[in-house]
Amino acid sequence: MSEIFMLIEHRQDAIRDISYEMMTCGRALAEKLNTKLTAVFLGYDADKLVESIRDQAHRIMVVNNEVFKEFNAESYQIALAEIIKKENPLLTLIGHTAFGMDLCPALGTQLGIPFTTDCLDVEIIDGKLIATRQMYDGKLNAKIRFRKNPSYLVSLRTGCFPVRDSNIESEIVNIESPISAEPDYRKFVEYIEAAISDVDITKADVVVGVGRGIKKKENLALIEDFASTIGGVVACSRPIVDAEWLPKDRQVGSSGKTVKPKLYIALGISGAFQHVVGMKNSGTIIAINKDQNAPIFNEADYGIVDDLFRVLPTFKNSIIEMKSK
Amino acid sequence: MDIIVCIKRVPQTAEAKVEIESSGKDIVKDRLTFDMNESDMYALEEAVLLKEKFGGTIIAISLSCSDAEDTLRIALAKGADTAIRIKAEDFDELDGYKTAQLLSAVIKDIHFDVIFTGCIATDDAYSQIGATLAELLGIPHATLLTNIEVIDSISHVHRELEGGLQEHIEISIPALFTIQTGINVPRYASLIAIRRAAGKEIKLVGQNEISKDQLLLNTQIEELFIPPVAKQVKIITGSPGEVSKELAGIIREKGLI
Repeated sequence: MSEIFMLIEHRQDAIRDISYEMMTCGRALAEKLNTKLTAVFLGYDADKLVESIRDQAHRIMVVNNEVFKEFNAESYQIALAEIIKKENPLLTLIGHTAFGMDLCPALGTQLGIPFTTDCLDVEIIDGKLIATRQMYDGKLNAKIRFRKNPSYLVSLRTGCFPVRDSNIESEIVNIESPISAEPDYRKFVEYIEAAISDVDITKADVVVGVGRGIKKKENLALIEDFASTIGGVVACSRPIVDAEWLPKDRQVGSSGKTVKPKLYIALGISGAFQHVVGMKNSGTIIAINKDQNAPIFNEADYGIVDDLFRVLPTFKNSIIEMKSK
Repeated sequence: MDIIVCIKRVPQTAEAKVEIESSGKDIVKDRLTFDMNESDMYALEEAVLLKEKFGGTIIAISLSCSDAEDTLRIALAKGADTAIRIKAEDFDELDGYKTAQLLSAVIKDIHFDVIFTGCIATDDAYSQIGATLAELLGIPHATLLTNIEVIDSISHVHRELEGGLQEHIEISIPALFTIQTGINVPRYASLIAIRRAAGKEIKLVGQNEISKDQLLLNTQIEELFIPPVAKQVKIITGSPGEVSKELAGIIREKGLI
């Protein structure tokens, strides 16, 4: 009754961080509303994984069936729809991840309950659900209210809540799976691992990240030259990989790599969330961008508002000079 | 292969100053430029590639005001055969859910094998139209495609997961797919094609064709605001030479290289 539910996301025998983040969010909401948090775990022979989250939610609902060995949005949707219809939670949280993007909108639509996606925060104020989202290339946030309903569905952005220890004693409830085979219209085949790369950007102490602001492929030579002067490797944001100027293994961000170098220099990178999530834990971040409103400046320690091609030559000289001293 | 591509015209805000309008619920749009949503360009290109391989037709559809007809004409110039504009001006406030309901109301009467949409619109960034629309139409879907191959009635698709990982899944068609950027290299429209597209009719669908009674909003924007700053950046000002010296000084002082 008016409980908070969340879906555990796991892949390749590991609970994904977003699950812990959602449970942090879910526990806080449950405490405020004097209710309970239920974690829903769909999987197969995964006692170890269930054990590892035992202290994170008041109740863990386990649906154990071979069909849930790998994520399949359609199988998940069938099982979750049954559970939500039966339990009628006030709010269900799903991760706004590659899995959640496939699942959340279709599930909400099937159930006819109000939903929204990619939320940074969810609050319940006077019984009303309010979500915070980001819009317009991360330049604005929005408070969103929902059509009144006894049950809501929201997908949460990764990295918005901390992973926290908890000491709840979870009650484990096993539930019969409503299905035992993947639907014939969607089958999981296999994972395709990222190709092994010759340059490992996650190992570098200095990373020079480039974005759309470098304008054309030919300018990469200048960046490579700067990077070698400063002793770093060149990485990039998504548009550079989309344009095939650099290989996928140089991409920093949610669908690429997460880097934590001592120094990250962002050149002409606007700072889309998908990029920032992959570099925000760098030791020191320097951003050069001609748009003073670029969201990258919300993450940087030092910022230069200028054309990167005006600054780079003198920056290189200053580094050479510094090293010679 | 009959393909429908859903297209959105969006303000280009990546490098522009975005200001909140007096209602507090929308942005000031008159100084912004507009273009086809980035991932929709890739969705359109993927449709053209499939059509080149299998034959068939492409319908480009957009829920938008009349100024988006230019965007639809670009789609026509790049390879769409026909274009439909659902008149946004007829349907008041919109959210992702209502948008999907309107698209569904039009698409349910059209024959198609595949629907493509972009995986995210850069303005409201919901990433929800595709999966919602598929559910309303009662067809399977997959989001974030980085590859698609159709063999007989089965589509073999790669979806982008996190950290460079992808998954390969099989989905029977008819189905809906949302397309990730980088899946292909979108073509430019030729001048001849642009000229030809200028004369083509864009079919209009409005409140005379779609009943407003059943349409539901899931969400409404209460207010827009500037995001709180995660970290206080120190902006260094001066000539390129001056800022470079200062940066080098910081790097040395902190022992960063």
